[in-house]
Parts: sequence; structure tokens; C-alpha cells
Amino acid sequence: MDLSFSPEHLAFREEVRSFLRTALPPHLRDKAAVDGNFDHHEIMEWHKILFARGWVAPHWPAEHGGPGLDVTRRFILTEELELSGAPTLSVFGLSMVGPLLIQFGTPAQQQRFLPKISAGDEVWCQGYSEPNAGSDLASLKTRAEDDGKGNFVVTGQKTWTTYAQYADWIFCLVRTDPSAKKQSGISFLLIDLKSPGVTVKPFLTTGGTPAFCETFFDGVVVPKENLVGPLNGGWTMAKALLGHERTLIAAVGLSSRAIRRIKRIAAATQAGGESLLDDPGFRAKIARLEIKHRALQMANYRSLAGAQLGHAPGPESSILKIRGSEILQQTGELAMELMGMNSLTWFNDEGTVPAIEQWVPSTFNYLRATTIYGGSNEIQKNIIAKLILGLG
Amino acid sequence: MNFDLTDEQKLLLDTVASFVKKQSPVSRHRELRDDPTGWSRDVWQKMGEYGWLGLALPEDVGGLGGTFADVALILEQLGTTLTPEPFLPSLVASIPILRLGTAEQQQAYLAPFAEGRTSLALAHAERNSRFDVSDVETRAVKSGDGYRLDGSKRWVLNGHAADTIVVSARTSDGENDGGISVFVLDRDTPGLTIAPVKTMDGHHAAMITLTGVQIGRDRLLGAEGSAVAALEEAMDVGAAAACAEGAGIARAVLEMTTDYLRTREQFGVKIGSFQALQHRAVDMFVEVELCKSTAILAAIKVSDADVVERKGAVSAAKVQLAVGGRFVTQQAVQLHGGIGVTDEHDVGLYFKRMHVLNSLFGDEEHHVMRYARLPSFTAGLSS
Repeated sequence: MDLSFSPEHLAFREEVRSFLRTALPPHLRDKAAVDGNFDHHEIMEWHKILFARGWVAPHWPAEHGGPGLDVTRRFILTEELELSGAPTLSVFGLSMVGPLLIQFGTPAQQQRFLPKISAGDEVWCQGYSEPNAGSDLASLKTRAEDDGKGNFVVTGQKTWTTYAQYADWIFCLVRTDPSAKKQSGISFLLIDLKSPGVTVKPFLTTGGTPAFCETFFDGVVVPKENLVGPLNGGWTMAKALLGHERTLIAAVGLSSRAIRRIKRIAAATQAGGESLLDDPGFRAKIARLEIKHRALQMANYRSLAGAQLGHAPGPESSILKIRGSEILQQTGELAMELMGMNSLTWFNDEGTVPAIEQWVPSTFNYLRATTIYGGSNEIQKNIIAKLILGLG
Repeated sequence: MNFDLTDEQKLLLDTVASFVKKQSPVSRHRELRDDPTGWSRDVWQKMGEYGWLGLALPEDVGGLGGTFADVALILEQLGTTLTPEPFLPSLVASIPILRLGTAEQQQAYLAPFAEGRTSLALAHAERNSRFDVSDVETRAVKSGDGYRLDGSKRWVLNGHAADTIVVSARTSDGENDGGISVFVLDRDTPGLTIAPVKTMDGHHAAMITLTGVQIGRDRLLGAEGSAVAALEEAMDVGAAAACAEGAGIARAVLEMTTDYLRTREQFGVKIGSFQALQHRAVDMFVEVELCKSTAILAAIKVSDADVVERKGAVSAAKVQLAVGGRFVTQQAVQLHGGIGVTDEHDVGLYFKRMHVLNSLFGDEEHHVMRYARLPSFTAGLSS
């Protein structure tokens, strides 16, 4: 039983910290200090800085341009990036389609797409959900038909396509065999968003940011070489993609940072002649949330230690998404409560509230998405009930 | 970072798991509930022979020099079948002897315990002390060559049966943290009145009255007035032990409940096919994994030389047990339906034991507030 990181891993953490102290350009650092929401170009600016340092795709193997970090170093790097408040890079290329291409792509696909993903020259988004295929993803209807000339012709609509408005490419689940049973007629297809027939319409989120979109396909021609994995093998691809990087899903670095922010807001907020941090009720509330976070962090360490030793995921790994997303939401709620009437503010109204509070209401709203995306927590529970508890 | 068990730990775990399964199923605890002792001296002696009792004690008192993490493995297994032997109370009472006692005192009181020939109890709680070990009204005044003790202690776990009882008493007034001493008493000391009580979980304890108890100076552990740190550590060891046992209980009731969901039929189908019950079972599973995780945290950190670090980890774990353990056992009863509220079903026994563990060594509120007042809670806020 050993809860400490090895000297090599501690040294790596110091290396990351010292890099982060100087790597964020001043305008990004200022925004990070108040946990502001980063624009797309700011995210990409940070992407290129991390790329130059060799840390943009920490989980990619060295032969595909990754830094060859072990699982604990990847965890440390992610945690320190989250703790620093630096922009969160888009996961769709780096953590989703990239690793999938490394696992299942042809050499040609790997050479065509991977370098541009890591360099940040091409931005990706995900086309899974449809208006009538959310949690029941396998009922998706977007069709890809063989035109007999080496292409698929894609028609349909995808939704919640996060950052599609900034993306160059989309990876999609499409129906290639309408006669097959639900899951078995689906394929995994890469589509150039500049193709004729593609229309992208952004939604404004409740957080006031344009995070996700609707994406329409009207007879879009896609060359067959953009199929990943076998024809009608898309469901297997989608499942493989979900299995990547289970130790990072709890986003414990983000929660740590959010709890520190909560304490700073509490310390700076006065009521009845004392700060809310000295108010026993609020102090207990913050302590309870931190304890909850610490419990999850410990479950995450168990999962991490297991992965580092090459074990298959233990049962503790499956709770990380559920509890991690709940805790993130609760950090937003508690920050709002501490702000009192300051929580009525909106982020684009600068100077009304202390800078550290300015983005809290937007974040508080957007955090509602954490229990929905990546398979809603209810779907997660269905899966755990069936696969781990043997109920069904 | 590595939470894999060593080969020795695996062997220990297998041995204890096989012991509880074959020799100490829940039915044994059920039978012993009405026994005046509530546990078996033969089994206790076997636990001594197996080396379990002395596992974390130093070798010169007959121990094996192991860690608390090893002990926690035993406690977790014992928890799965509600094994009634006084492992936890003896472990807690051993801490002041270990930290404050001379080599002779350790030899005299810990060596027989390690062999399973004696069991221990710690008498610290009083009517007005709640969870504060420094809030002590029992007094010890110098008398002749030794001390005279007067006062009363409540809810002394295993006090009804212990051969050796460690008692805290005030030896001088002044600030709360000073002036507290601990003495080690034999159960047949004149003036010591031991009134056995049953606890709600089917275990036994004692209310103890000390009336002009005259003891020699050799019964004092450590320097006079300096026992608070050791008593606080004993409480943390108790809390960490409760977390380990509680993790075993939580896992056992989850298994019991999912077994029931897979077999019980209503509306012509297994009730485990209902999504409302599946999701409840998953909510239980989440808490079980978190209880297990924080029990490991506490088991490792309870021996940390940094007291703030120790207290933070132990309090976090105890709060998780309070919240998660309560939820898991409550829902286990709920999902069993009516049979879960009967004495004939085991689930209620686990429910009760979980309540007791949550009430010992600082309850939920105590540990939330202790955690919130640690210097680590507000460290680094100005930066």
C-alpha cells in the first residue's frame, strides 16, 4: 500500500509546474486567473504551445508523435493543466478520433490525419447524436449510401456537435445497412466539413457560450477511404473509443481548482462582520464538498495505480464519470450560493462583481451538461447495473 | 503509488476470508448476541495464534511489526460477517500503551493481548465529553505512592469482558489539552464497578464507575498530564478501523442486496429488472467503492507522522463512511422490503452495526467540523 508518487513522477510534476509558470501568455494567464471561458482561437493558441512542448497528445504512442509518457505521467500532466486554469483543449481530435485511428486506422489514414490533429492544423468534432437518437444512439438515421463510384453519399442530421462551427472535420456514426439490426448496420466515417451539402448551425448554450451545433448533411459525397474500420463495424469503433483514458474522466484537477476558487470567494465575501469562510455553516458545506472530492480522488488514484501496473479497469473506475460530473456541478452550485446576489451577474457585464466571480454563473449553467454528455449518468447506471452488478 | 496487495497480504486476506466464511458466519454473531460475553475466548486465542492481534505491534512484545494497512485488511473481512470478537476495541486501547508505556508496561499488557490471552478496553468517554478526549471529569489525585481515581466512564467497548482497561483521568486543572493522564487497570481492581450493557448492534460494552480506586504509580502510562496526543491518535485508529470494518459491511450488504434483486420475483419478473431498483443499486455501488477508497486512505494515513495530514485523511474517510455507509445500509433494507425490517433477516444486523461504527470515534458532524478547522483547509488561500 503506497499512496505516494515515485520520485520520478514527483520530478515530472515539478517539470510540468515549472513549464506552466511561464508557458501561458499574459492574456491567457489573466483569463485563467479568473477561470474565464476561452475563445476558440485562445484554445488553439494554447494547443500550439503544448504541441511545441511535445505534450499536446500525451497518450499517443511515440511512433505517432506522442511523448511516450506512462499512464501516471499522463494523469499528472492532465491534473496540473486542469489546476492551472489553462484552456481545456478540444478532446475530439486528440482524445477521440486520434487514438481510434491509431488503433484501427489504415497507415494512409494515420499519415493523413494524425500529424494535423497534433499540430492543431485541423480541428475535429463529433457527429454521434441525432434529434431522435440521444441516449438511444443506435437508432440513428443519418444514411451513407454507396454511389457505385467509390464514394458514400451522406444525408441526415447530427446534433450536439460541439465546436462544429470551428471544426474542419467531423467523425460520424452513419447507417450503411438499413436492413440490418440496429447496432450492426452502422459505420464510422470521417467527413470533411468543407464538403458541399454540409450546413452547421450553432446553438447558444445556457452558459451563454456557443459550444455546440446542429450539423446537416444533404447529399454530401465522402470518399470510401474515409471509412474507419470495417463496413458496418461502426458500433465496435464507438465502443472502443469510449474505453480510452478512463483515469482522466473524473476531471479531479478541475474540481480541485473549483474548490480552491470557492474558498477564495468565501474568504472575500462578508456577512455579519465575518467572512463566509469563517461562517460555520458555509465552512462545513465547503468541507463536505471537499471531502466528497477527496473520496473520488482516492478512487481515481486506485484506478490510476491499477492502470500503471497494467491491470484491467477495476470496479472503482466505473464510478468516476458519475461522481466526477456530480461534484463538478456541486462546485458550481456552492460558488453561486456563496456569491449571494452577486450570482445574478452575467459574464459579459464586466466590473459589476469581483473578477473571480464573473464567470461563475455561466460555468454553473454549462456544468449541467457534465451529467449528460459522454453517455448520460442514467445510461452509465444502466451499464453498471448490467455489466457489474449483474442486474437486468 | 501502488494499492496492489503483496503476496503476504494476499495470503493474510485469504486466511481471514476463509476463516470468516467457515468459522464465523453471521449466524455466529446472531447466536452470541444473548451470550453475556458476546464473543468466544477460544476464537480470540486462535486470532492471537494466527498473529492477527499482534500484527501491527512491535516484535519485542510478540507482535509482527506490520502496518495498520495490514490490520485494516483483517477488519474489512471481519466486517463482512459481523465477527463479534473485540478486535477493534482492543486495537484502540493498545495505542496509549504503545505510545506512552515503558518497555515493562508494554510487555505486561500488550504481550498477553498479542497472544490472545487477554482483551483490552479503553475507557475515555464520559457523560459530558461527547467526542472530545480532553474533556475529562474523572479525577486522579496523588495518594500514597500512587493515585486515587474517582469518576465514571460510559460506553466502554468490550469493558464488560476486558482483562485490561485503560482509563483516562484528569491529574491537574488548567487548559483542556494538558492535565490528562491515562492509567492501566486490571478489571478486578477494588473500587472499579463494571456494569455490562448491551449495545444496539448485539455487541456488549460497560458503564464503569471508579470509586476511590487506589493504584500504584506503575499504572500511570507516560508522564503525568501528557496523554491527549496518544488518546487522539487512539481515536483516529478507531475511526480508521471503523472505516475498514465499514467498507467490509458495505460490500457485504451490496452483495446481499443484488443477490436478492436477482432472485426475488414480483409482477412475474425478477425485481432486479426494474430500472428504479437497478439505479438505486448502482448508487449503493458508488458509495461502496468510495467507502473502500477512503478506508484505504485512512489506513495508510493513520500512521502518518504529520498529525494534520493524519487527521484530514481520517476525518474525510469517517465522513464518507457516515454518508455512504448509512446510505448503503438504509437502501439495503429498503430494497429487501418488509423482510429487511425483521430480526430474522441479516440485513438489519448490518444496518445496526453501521450505525454503531458511525457513532464511534467521532460522528459525521464532528469530523466535518474537525476537517474544516484543520490548518490545511485554508492553506495557500492568499496566493
